Amino acid sequence: MPARTSRSRLLFSGSDWDFKTLSRMHDAIKAISDEELQLDIYPVQMEIISSEQMLDAYSSVGMPLMYQHWSFGKHFLYQELLYRKGGRGLAYELVINSNPCIVYMMEENTAALQALVMAHAAFGHNHFFKNNYVFRQWTDAGSILGYLDFAKTYIARCEERHGVAAVEAVLDAAHALMDQGVFRYRRPPKLSTEKQRQGLRDRLEYEERSYNDLWRTLPRRKGEEETGEADRVAERKKSLNLPEENLLYFLEKHSLILEPWQREILRIVRVIAQYFYPQRQTKMMNEGCATFVHYIIMNALYDRGLISEGAMLEILRNHSNVVMQPSFDDPRFSGINPYALGFDMMQDIQRISTEPTAEDRDWFPEIAGNGNWREVLLDAWANHRDESFIRQYLSPTLIRKWRFFALDDKADEPFYEVASIHDERGYKKIRAALARSYDVGANGLDIQVVDVDLLGSRHLRLEHKVHDGILLEESGRDATLRHIRTLWGYDVTLVGVDSQTGAAIYERSTSQIGE
Amino acid sequence: MPIFIDRRLNPKDKSLANRQRFLRRVREELKHTIREQIRTGKISDVDSEHVVSMPVRKTAEPHFESDSESGRRQHVLPGNKEFASGDRIEKPSQGGSGGGSAPGQQPTEDDFRFALSREEVLDLFFEDLELPDMVKLNLKEILAYKPRRAGFAATGSPTNINIGRTMRNSHARRIALRRPKQEQLDAIAREIASLEAGTQSQAAIERIKALREELERLERRRRLIAYVDPVDIRFNRFEARPVPNANAVMFCLMDVSGSMGEREKDMAKRFFVLLHLFLKRRYDRTDIVFIRHTHEAQEVDEETFFYSTQSGGTIVSTALEEMQRVIEERYPSNEWNIYAAQASDGDNSASDSERCISLLDQVIMPLCQYFAYVEIIDARERHIFGATDNGTSLWRAYSDVEAKWANFQMRRIAKPADIYPVFRELFTRQPAAQKSD
Repeated sequence: MPARTSRSRLLFSGSDWDFKTLSRMHDAIKAISDEELQLDIYPVQMEIISSEQMLDAYSSVGMPLMYQHWSFGKHFLYQELLYRKGGRGLAYELVINSNPCIVYMMEENTAALQALVMAHAAFGHNHFFKNNYVFRQWTDAGSILGYLDFAKTYIARCEERHGVAAVEAVLDAAHALMDQGVFRYRRPPKLSTEKQRQGLRDRLEYEERSYNDLWRTLPRRKGEEETGEADRVAERKKSLNLPEENLLYFLEKHSLILEPWQREILRIVRVIAQYFYPQRQTKMMNEGCATFVHYIIMNALYDRGLISEGAMLEILRNHSNVVMQPSFDDPRFSGINPYALGFDMMQDIQRISTEPTAEDRDWFPEIAGNGNWREVLLDAWANHRDESFIRQYLSPTLIRKWRFFALDDKADEPFYEVASIHDERGYKKIRAALARSYDVGANGLDIQVVDVDLLGSRHLRLEHKVHDGILLEESGRDATLRHIRTLWGYDVTLVGVDSQTGAAIYERSTSQIGE
Repeated sequence: MPIFIDRRLNPKDKSLANRQRFLRRVREELKHTIREQIRTGKISDVDSEHVVSMPVRKTAEPHFESDSESGRRQHVLPGNKEFASGDRIEKPSQGGSGGGSAPGQQPTEDDFRFALSREEVLDLFFEDLELPDMVKLNLKEILAYKPRRAGFAATGSPTNINIGRTMRNSHARRIALRRPKQEQLDAIAREIASLEAGTQSQAAIERIKALREELERLERRRRLIAYVDPVDIRFNRFEARPVPNANAVMFCLMDVSGSMGEREKDMAKRFFVLLHLFLKRRYDRTDIVFIRHTHEAQEVDEETFFYSTQSGGTIVSTALEEMQRVIEERYPSNEWNIYAAQASDGDNSASDSERCISLLDQVIMPLCQYFAYVEIIDARERHIFGATDNGTSLWRAYSDVEAKWANFQMRRIAKPADIYPVFRELFTRQPAAQKSD
C-alpha cells in the first residue's frame, strides 16, 4: 500500500487526541470487534478524568459513587503516598460493570494509549461483564449505579439523623464481615412473608386436626428427654435456616437489637460485597479476556493501516509491561500476574485450535485443530470462572513455558517440599493445584452461623470449618468477633472444627475477649 | 455511537471528606505523635510538614483471615530453574509467609507513613489553645485607627470641602431659584447702550427706563441669590475605622550567665519556639527580639542568643531595661501587640529583684499583652518547690507581680517533657470569672 494513502487512513497521528479522534477510534475498533471477534457488549459511556479523580476513584473501591467512610480516606492516603512517591503508576483506565458500561480514561494517556484502553476496557471487559455466567447470575449491571446512589444518600441521611459516630460503628462492624457477607452457592431464600405465614397456619391447623390426647399419656422412654432436646434444637435451626454462611444476612434478618436503619446499612454493605464477589472469582479470566481482545484489535488496526508504526510500538511496549511475569525468585515477584496468565492461556487456546501438536490432540481432543478459536474463547468467557477455566484449558505447553512448580508448605516444617514440576507426572497435579488456588469459594474461610437460641440466652454460635489445619489469625479474629457482638448484642462464640474429623480445635467467645 | 463525557472539570477531592473523617478518627493519636515529635525533635523542624506513621488503634480494619503460620498449603509458582520433585527448600528465616513468594518491600496498608500538612500539624498541636483572656485582651488591645471616606457632611473643616459636590449643589440651587445669568444682564446693558446712542425719542426713553428698572431688579436678585451659598457647601466626611492590629512582637529574655547550662538553654529555647509558633498562627506579622543578659543586657540575633556564651554576674533588671528601650525605639505599643517570655534559673540579687518588680509594674506590664516567666529548675528542686511559693529570689519577687497583673504568668519547668504542659497551662482558656477583673 503506498505511503500516502496509508497515512490518510490513520485514525490519529502524534500523541494528541480530541473527542473526534476518540470517536473515530471507537468506530474502527467496533468494526473490528464485530468482524473478527463477534463481541457482544453493553453500550459504552467513556469518561475522561484527571489523575486526581483517578486517585479518588481508587479509594472508593473503584466506584463512581460511594458512601463516606473513614477507611476510604485511609486507602486514599495510602494510594496517594504510593503515587506521589512514584512507587506506582495509576491505572490507565477503570471500568465499571454497569449498563451502560462506564469506562474511565485518564486524560494523560496518549492517543495510542486511549485506543488501547478503549479496546481493553470498553470492549474486552465489557464483553466479559455482559456474557460471563457468574456476572449474569449474581450482579445486576443495570441497577448498580442507581443502587449506589441510593446507598450514598441513605447513609448520609442516617448520619444526619443518628449521628456520624453511630453510623460509623455499624459500618465498621459490617465492613469487618464483608467477606462473610456473600452468598457463595445460592441466592437468599425468597419466601415471601405471606407464604411463610400461610405455611405456618397450615401446619398449626394440621396439628390441631390430628391432635390426640392419648399421645400424652404414653410412658416416657429412656433418653426421650435428650432426643426431645435435640429435636428442639433441630427445629429452631430449621426455622432460622441454619446453618447460614452469610453472616451479614443473618445479622440483618435476625439480630434483636438493630434498628431498621441499621439493618438497611448491613444490607447495603452486603449487596456491595455480593456485587464484587464475581470479580474475585474471575479476576484472571476477566483481565485475560480484556488483554487478549486489545491485542487482537490493536494488531488488526495496525494491519488495516489505521495506526502508525510508532503508535503500534508504544502499544506493544505497554502491552508487554502489562503481561510481564517475573519468576518466583525475582525481587519484583508478587504472585502470578492475572493479565499474563489469562492472556497466555487464551493465546494458547488459539494456538491449540489452529496449530495443535500431538500432545494437544491428546489433551484437548474437542478443540485441537478445529480451527474455530473464536467460538472456543467466546464459550470459555461465557461459561467459566478462573478455577474451572484453568482446570479445563491449562495445557502442558503452557506449564512448560511458565515452568510452573508446586510447593508443599507445612507450617511445622522448616522447609518446603517441591511436589511437582513441569513434567509428565506433574502436569495434572500442577493444573489441579493452580486451579484450586483460584477457587475463591474453597479458599475463602468457611465460617457459618450454626446455632442460636433466640428464646434463651441468645448466645450466637459460629463454626469455622478448619481445612488443612489452617487457623485464623488471632488478633483479627478477636476484633472481628467483637464487631459481631456489636451487631448481635449478645455473646458470640466461634468454634473451630476440623473439616475431616469434626473434632473441635479451638473455641473463642466474646466473653473471653476484653473490650 | 459511544457516549463521551468530559469529567475533568468535575470537582476533584471527592475523597477529601473521607480524609478528614480519617484524621478526625485518629485525632487523639496523631496529636500524641505530633507532640512527641515536637518535644523530641529538632526545633527548626517544628514549623513544617510532619510525616506521621499510621496510627494503629482505631484504624485497623479487622476481618477473619487465615493464619499464615498454621496448616498445610500448596503453592504453584512460575519460573522453576533447578528443582525436581522431592527437593526440599529451606524456608526463609523471617517467618516465611507465602511460601517462597518473597514478601514485597512495599509497606502494607496498615503500616505506612503519610504527611500531614503544616496546617493540620498546627491544628492538632494548638487545639484548645487560645490566648489567655481573649475577650479582655481584645478590649485592652490598642487598635490603630485609620480614617476612611464615609460620604459627605454639611459641616467640617475648610480643608475637607468637596468642591465638586458643593458646586453641584450650588448649580442646582441657582437653577431652581432662577438666578439671573450674566448674559441676561449683559444683553440688557447692551440694549440700553444702543438705545442711548440712538435718537432720544419718547419711546426710547421709556424703554430705557424700563430696561434700567429691569436691570436693577435682576442685579438685586443676583445679589440675593448667592453664587455659592453656605447651604451648598459639602465636606468630605471621614470615619475613623479601627484596624485590627495584626503585628506582634515577642521579646525573648534569657539569662545567659554561667549558671544557665546547655540543658537550661535548650529548655528555654523550646519554650520560645512554642510561643513563637503560637503567635505566628495568630498574627500576620511576628517579630522576635532576643535579649540576653548577664550583669548587663543586649539585644542579639538568634544565633548568638542561643549559642554564644558570656560570663558575668546576674542582674535581671538590665534585660527589662533593654526591653523597654527597644519598645520605645521600634515597637510603639499602639501598633504592636507585645509579648514577652522570660527564661531564667531564678538567680538574682535581692535588691535587683525589687527593681525588677517596679520596672514591670510601672513600665512593662502596662505595655504588654502578656508576659510569661518560666523558671528552669532541677528535677530535684521540683519536688521541693513544686507547690510552694518559696523559691528563688526572682520567683518570690515575680510572685508579687503575678498577684497584681492577670496577664502575667509564671511556671517552673524541670525537664523537656514539662514544657508542653506548662505551655498549655499558660495558654489555656481562663475561666470566665477571671475575665471580669
